[in-house]
Amino acid sequence: MIAHFTVCRLLALAGLAATLATPASAHRRWLLPSITVMAGDKGLASVDAAASNALFAFDHRALGLDTLAITGPDGKPVSPVVIGKGEMRSAFDVPLAQPGTYRIALAMNGMMGSYVLNGEKKRWRGSRARLSEIPAGAANLELSENLGRVETFVTLGAPSTTALAATGQGLEMLPVTHPNDIVAGEPAEMRFVMDGKPAAGLKVEFVAGGTRHRDQAGIQTLTTNADGIVRLMAATPGFYYLEADMEGGTAAAPAPGQPAVKRRASYTAVLEFLPQ
Amino acid sequence: MITTPPLPAARWHSLPISMALIASAPATAAEMTVTVTIPRLAVAEYHAPYVAMWVESDAGKPITTLATWYSVKLKANEGTKWLPELRSWWRKAGRTLAMPADGISSPTRPPGTHSVRFAGGTAPFGNLAPGNYRLMIEAAREVGGREIVAVPFQWPAKAAGGSTATGTAELGTVSLALKP
Repeated sequence: MIAHFTVCRLLALAGLAATLATPASAHRRWLLPSITVMAGDKGLASVDAAASNALFAFDHRALGLDTLAITGPDGKPVSPVVIGKGEMRSAFDVPLAQPGTYRIALAMNGMMGSYVLNGEKKRWRGSRARLSEIPAGAANLELSENLGRVETFVTLGAPSTTALAATGQGLEMLPVTHPNDIVAGEPAEMRFVMDGKPAAGLKVEFVAGGTRHRDQAGIQTLTTNADGIVRLMAATPGFYYLEADMEGGTAAAPAPGQPAVKRRASYTAVLEFLPQ
Repeated sequence: MITTPPLPAARWHSLPISMALIASAPATAAEMTVTVTIPRLAVAEYHAPYVAMWVESDAGKPITTLATWYSVKLKANEGTKWLPELRSWWRKAGRTLAMPADGISSPTRPPGTHSVRFAGGTAPFGNLAPGNYRLMIEAAREVGGREIVAVPFQWPAKAAGGSTATGTAELGTVSLALKP
């Protein structure tokens, strides 16, 4: 019971409770920007963060913003202006002070595990940095790692790619076609990498928003090629959601002789396909 | 002889101009006059449209922006905020241009017929390599629609002449008169 209480406190502190508890396929998690292509000496994008069934409806719950990471065109972090966190959605504004492309992401990374110490089974939640918390005498150590990235992109002026460089951690989508240079009717190519390496044969789900207002779900299941590249085709303009999940990647063992970490990485993005 | 064409005040960061601009020294400059009719629309809230005019190759490659009519006089360059509504122009050329651009940017025009003249060899028209081109004109109206009209032309014009195209909603007749 005490272990359970401690785990819950760790969950709350890490902000992981709401986001890692549900498997990736149960609900869609997304960041929906008010606009993706802007002009002017400065700009502002207002973003909604929610988990839902219908796209892009607020029909389930808000996403926490503790793991929000916004990268500016110079590669440096940008601070959001949080509007609020409600039950159905969180909202924040992104001030755009310089021209170029901004990468807006919720980047979640957590580990959990179990081990046996003095005959008792213990559970642990934390991160790679905190693996030292696991006591020396722990036996039957099992570790799993969950990485999640929920992203969208906005551009002020001419598109740029500095902010879109791979972090090398988990599942990521890198531009072949720039994500703010996409129009309906023209194929957009994106490259998926896992820990910086091409994710070949990855299944990507791609679906247009507005699901509540039509009968056919219209989910396209696409597969990346040997270079991790997938070709997205939006027939009609609008906001689209995509999602991919994969297991594995670099599976560094916490210590020699210990089993490899079971890793799962998920990626979702919202892309706006403008009219021709 | 190949010389560098006169650069307009705007910065053409990524327009592919290398092939299209080959210098010559014309004795008298050829001219293109674009006449566009902005329709008078019976709507509750009317705003004069933002308009962009540019030349592209017949394959759709942007060559040069000729004019942008938008709310240039707003403070702190705020009028530029709505330029992406001219979405074809924005994607092909506008997003790499610094606005306002000398000789290109001017205020919006009210309903009626407006003519603008461009001289071959002078900014913003510049020097065009011989070939087939399109004069593109795109209009977007606040709380209104967006329309794009293309008028094909050959350069250099062998004789004085022109061509016309007509929009259906946000643009009326667009005619192009060429003087060799």
